[in-house]
Amino acid sequence: MALSNVLETPAAGFNFDNAARNAALEGLFKGGQAPKPLKTGTTIAGVVFKDGVVLGADTRATSSEVVADKMCAKIHYISPNIYCCGAGTAADTEKTTELLSSNLTIFSLNSGRNPRVVMAVNILQDMLYRYHGQIGANLILGGVDCTGNHLYTVGPYGSVNKVPYLAMGSGDLAALGILEDGFKPDLELDKAKELVCAAIHSGIMSDLGSGNNIDICVITRQGVDYIRPYQESEYKDSRKIKYKYRPGTTPVLTEKVVPLKLEVVQEAVQQMDTA
Amino acid sequence: MAAAATMMPYFGQKVSSNSDLAPDWTSQEVSTGTTIMAVEYDGGVVIGADSRTTTGAYIANRVTDKLTPIHDRIFCCRSGSAADTQAIADVVTYQLGFHSIELDEPPLVETAANLFKASCYRYREELSAGILVAGWDRRKGGQVYCVPIGGMLVRQPVSVGGSGSTYIYGFMDSNYKPGLSKDQCLELTAAALSLAMERDGSSGGVVRLASISEEGVERRVILGNQLPKYSTH
Repeated sequence: MALSNVLETPAAGFNFDNAARNAALEGLFKGGQAPKPLKTGTTIAGVVFKDGVVLGADTRATSSEVVADKMCAKIHYISPNIYCCGAGTAADTEKTTELLSSNLTIFSLNSGRNPRVVMAVNILQDMLYRYHGQIGANLILGGVDCTGNHLYTVGPYGSVNKVPYLAMGSGDLAALGILEDGFKPDLELDKAKELVCAAIHSGIMSDLGSGNNIDICVITRQGVDYIRPYQESEYKDSRKIKYKYRPGTTPVLTEKVVPLKLEVVQEAVQQMDTA
Repeated sequence: MAAAATMMPYFGQKVSSNSDLAPDWTSQEVSTGTTIMAVEYDGGVVIGADSRTTTGAYIANRVTDKLTPIHDRIFCCRSGSAADTQAIADVVTYQLGFHSIELDEPPLVETAANLFKASCYRYREELSAGILVAGWDRRKGGQVYCVPIGGMLVRQPVSVGGSGSTYIYGFMDSNYKPGLSKDQCLELTAAALSLAMERDGSSGGVVRLASISEEGVERRVILGNQLPKYSTH
């Protein structure tokens, strides 16, 4: 049953028909294991405070043991009043949030209003449940709408939890410890930002997959403050010299020019109608 | 499409990962390993549940609300896979709401239970959902229907469900009597749930209670430190 404000995903998109076959073929690959999708260790957290929602994330994207991106953006834009942090398979979180953002933009254009957080949650839940956990996206959705300040988490199988504070990703246990200790209902903005920052920081310290800088996103009725980075890593390296060489650094010993003979096989000219 | 796919049985749904960086529970399905209970009394029903949702060994949500409203006087208690039960509850809420508007009168609890059964039975191979449907209607008063995994439907005066229910069958059998009052039912439910939460690792948190009658729905929460205490030594 398609809603008028939601684009039907084209059949050429995600196709998991081979999932059962792949599971059966598990043991036949070299090394005994099928190639696994890359997951980026992450720490993301969210807190509801007096005037809105604060979301936080680290900025490290890893490719096995190498840090692939030191300044990766894990807080995704959904709509002017809703942002989403993503943990799990990087490609899945990226594309799922983009799809959600497009759908909600269509809704906004159709109806002339900002979308509500429950709408985003329902669309995500629908989509992730339909794919039975094949899309590895653990998302924290936070936003402010006419009904109040909301924070939701959506799991890869399509389960939804509405909570006042939470953390996800490989560093979630460390971050949750800080949140459990420091959270109170109706925090002030500064305290809330400090709490989220401390939570992400503890995830960065205790988890190998999280690191580098901390991004914070504050959403209130007045607007959004996306602070990137909120806190830079104390282990930031500073390059001592520039690896740029001016032309002429390498001496040229000899030069030989060989013209390439090309035959024109076919030439077609079409007049452009610019009337 | 691969013909091989239809020959192989549908294997587990886990998004498996043996990466050192990602802990085990990030890839386990979210389950409401739980304890739920529903009791009929003359004039309504009392329902109760614990509040723990787990993914493997990690508690994903320690304040879950497993008592989900389906209609004004009909609730369901969810156990099993969180995603599956939320999806089924949403579907039944829509179907029942539509049905109620067509009839122009409040729906029957038996109807809601049958709608749950229809979904649970049809998709029994893919789903993992044990549900208690409870509510009040004008025709038969307070009713409790049990729809366990597999899609059976049976009406019972008192019913428990979830992983923690196994620990309290003895308590139920010895302490339930027909003809209890609403307050006695509330006490019984709170006591039973506390005992189950004490013994079952997948149940815990707070106890959520609700009583449904003609007058309406009354909800309450019993926090962890206010639960009845039972010590074995």
